[in-house]
Amino acid sequence: MTDLYPIIRSQEFFKEFSEEDVHEVVGCATNIVLHQGQYVFREGEPADHFYLIRHGRVSLELFAPGRGAVVVETVEEGEPLGWSWLIPPYKWHFAARCDTLLRAIALDGQCLRRKCEENPRLGYHLMRRMAEMMESRLQASILRMLDLYGDKR
Amino acid sequence: MATSVERTVGAADPMVPVPYVVERFIRETQDTFSLELEPFDPTGELRFLPGQFNMLYVFGVGEVPISISGDAAEPRKLIHTTREVGVVTRTMRSLKPGHTIGVRGPFGTSWPMDEAKGHDVILVAGGIGLAPLRPALYWILRNRDDYGKVVLLYGTRSPEDILYSKELAKWRSQFDLEVYITVDRATTEWRGNVGVVTKLIGRAPFDPSDTVAMVCGPEIMMRFAVEELARRGVSTSDIYVSMERNMKCGIGLCGHCQLRGEFVCKDGPVYRFDVIEPLFLEREL
Repeated sequence: MTDLYPIIRSQEFFKEFSEEDVHEVVGCATNIVLHQGQYVFREGEPADHFYLIRHGRVSLELFAPGRGAVVVETVEEGEPLGWSWLIPPYKWHFAARCDTLLRAIALDGQCLRRKCEENPRLGYHLMRRMAEMMESRLQASILRMLDLYGDKR
Repeated sequence: MATSVERTVGAADPMVPVPYVVERFIRETQDTFSLELEPFDPTGELRFLPGQFNMLYVFGVGEVPISISGDAAEPRKLIHTTREVGVVTRTMRSLKPGHTIGVRGPFGTSWPMDEAKGHDVILVAGGIGLAPLRPALYWILRNRDDYGKVVLLYGTRSPEDILYSKELAKWRSQFDLEVYITVDRATTEWRGNVGVVTKLIGRAPFDPSDTVAMVCGPEIMMRFAVEELARRGVSTSDIYVSMERNMKCGIGLCGHCQLRGEFVCKDGPVYRFDVIEPLFLEREL
């Protein structure tokens, strides 16, 4: 089996983690490859992983009756994908479809949650990184909600 | 690295409109259009610098400030792109080839084309903010060896709202220019990025310590873009923004566009960010 340590260590997401903590994370990680058009996950499915994209792009989709699937965000190389693994009831609110060939690290949510409970330092760093991601997505959502490019009303 | 913005003012009486004829009307998107104008005077031309604007006068209706979006190397052909937002621009939309329009200008400061020489250049455009940046891109492409890496980041509302889509497709195919486009929302038929333009800044290939950034779009977007550029390591003295205010006279007399001690029509619209920063977060200006 390939040791995922160097791959995970090189990810921007884990750059501030100690060597020991990265080794803990490696224990929850698997390498995945999906093809264009395949779904990483679908709305309503159990959110039992989160992903670090190493190569490719994923569209986050929401299905709206009468409108079809709407793309709400694209996530690319170097970015984390998904936070529903962290928050009960651990179900995906969006679907994630591969726009291209996707190479990613899949991290088992249950395994990570357990390790965070056991190791508060790892838990703190992981929560901080997730909070940064959430803050950035929230800001982006607010900007889009303002519909800045439209006519001034 | 960067020092100042360039200023030029037209030679004739700046308050007297010069008659131009509409050569072409181009429908860009559902609510935006471009007018291609030529002077009636067969020897007439209007030399401008990228980033400057003109006052366009629809006779009997009114006058509006609109950035020049054409190529500065073609001073007989003026192009302006605008959105229908009021009486004047709605009337302008009904102009046809052969109709007459008055032009005053060019006014204001320009993008720092000289200061950017020898450096990477990143252009960040939001919505119709691509129009005032297009002359800068034409300029760079005409003088490509003068600049390092050149990156255009463009965000707009939806795939249908993309300005200059044919030209963007051509630019995207060029090896000496990186173009990234993102939209706020899309259906699954769209194969590009979805998200805010500021998110592209983190991914764009440029050297932050050796980059001049030119940013144009809604002010909130520019604020977040500047923050993201600074987070990447671009100095605020190397970031330029184009301010939009209610310009009327174009020469700093009437005060309509005044921002404290600044007259945006004369001292702007292009500002170095560290100069305008104190005014950027002020309310009620």
